[in-house]
Amino acid sequence: MGKYVELTASNFEEITKEGVALVDFWAPWCGPCRMIAPVIEELANDFEGKANICKVNTDEEQEIAVKFGIRSIPTILFFKNGEMVDQMVGAASKQAFADKINALL
Amino acid sequence: MLDCAIIGGGPAGLTAGLYTTRGGLDDVIMYEKGMPGGQITSSSEIENYPGATQRNLSGMDFMIPWLEQCQRFGLKHEMSEVTRVSRNEDATFTIHKSDGSTNTAKSVIVGTGSTPKRAGFSGEDKFFGRGVSTCATCDGFFYKGKEVAVIGGGDTALEEALYLAKICTKVYVIHRRDTFRSAPNTIERVKKTSNIELILNASPQEVLGDAMGVTGLRVVFKDGSTRQVDAPGIFVFIGRDVNNQVLIQENGSFLCEMNDAGEVIVDISMNTSVPGLYATGDLRIAAPKQVVSAAGDGAVAALQAIAYVDKISHH
Repeated sequence: MGKYVELTASNFEEITKEGVALVDFWAPWCGPCRMIAPVIEELANDFEGKANICKVNTDEEQEIAVKFGIRSIPTILFFKNGEMVDQMVGAASKQAFADKINALL
Repeated sequence: MLDCAIIGGGPAGLTAGLYTTRGGLDDVIMYEKGMPGGQITSSSEIENYPGATQRNLSGMDFMIPWLEQCQRFGLKHEMSEVTRVSRNEDATFTIHKSDGSTNTAKSVIVGTGSTPKRAGFSGEDKFFGRGVSTCATCDGFFYKGKEVAVIGGGDTALEEALYLAKICTKVYVIHRRDTFRSAPNTIERVKKTSNIELILNASPQEVLGDAMGVTGLRVVFKDGSTRQVDAPGIFVFIGRDVNNQVLIQENGSFLCEMNDAGEVIVDISMNTSVPGLYATGDLRIAAPKQVVSAAGDGAVAALQAIAYVDKISHH
């Protein structure tokens, strides 16, 4: 079973600097974030070894949220070799997220 | 072949799931692209569902037990996005999903709900997610100690303005009329909240912003004068658009009869113009857009579906 990576200020760069990463900015009080939580878990499984599926708890990691100008959650950022290349705001289907990742692989 | 396919996992879909499975249908799948619960999970507080008397009960906490209750009776939740429902020559239905796969079902209950409407002012789409929001519980946090604007004058706008007033230093409520369409006690609470300023007879004209996002908003009054509101957050609550996309057929027509607003025409039992197809919740004509009525619709449609499946299975 693949597992998503919890990103913090200390591991963010290391995890996203190489390859493709999906980063889900969320918070416990956010309904749409909770809605996509099981989708993120499935993606982590499906893309194990191919892309890093990650989550940032914006409540605990405000520094990262501010750095990327996050003002709405869920916001999903897509990274390739450390560079932010795409983003989505709001809940979407697993297929929609998978399509974005596949386009970057 | 499914006995019943339920499209959407809000209060209508979940209640339909409870009633169909508990009422004896064997194979029932509820399709919802993520965790079920629906739009109410974005509400800061629910205080009008009978019996739900807990203070400050959030929409999310309120919905958590619903899925568990349905699953007890055998409802299956499939985490897929349905793209289209079509009808076959033998009067069964095909459920088309975004990954390209399909299922067939004897009956279908559609409860796809609605999506917050965009107001259509300049910059709204460009800054959506970067200062423009439709969810106060999600995004209010990012404006702690700052000023925000709320667009709208209905129940949702005023309730969410009250929620934001607890987090933000100031909340401007921008409304195109000088009266509100909301519960009297909500209007009273808004008027008594010292850090809410009402900007009436005014409409948003243009979002002001920079590379980091929204910095403010220019509003235009009925008399043509304008005012600049310096607020980095703009929350839009001006109603909802129904999600009827799954009923659109390959030739662009709808599967069943609709009204001009894109709502499904149903009778008092949630029957659409197509036998075996039911529409519930925000999607149907004359929908009160309340959790309790959506749940009621789900139960009514489920009872119809049970009778319909029973009838076609014995002929």
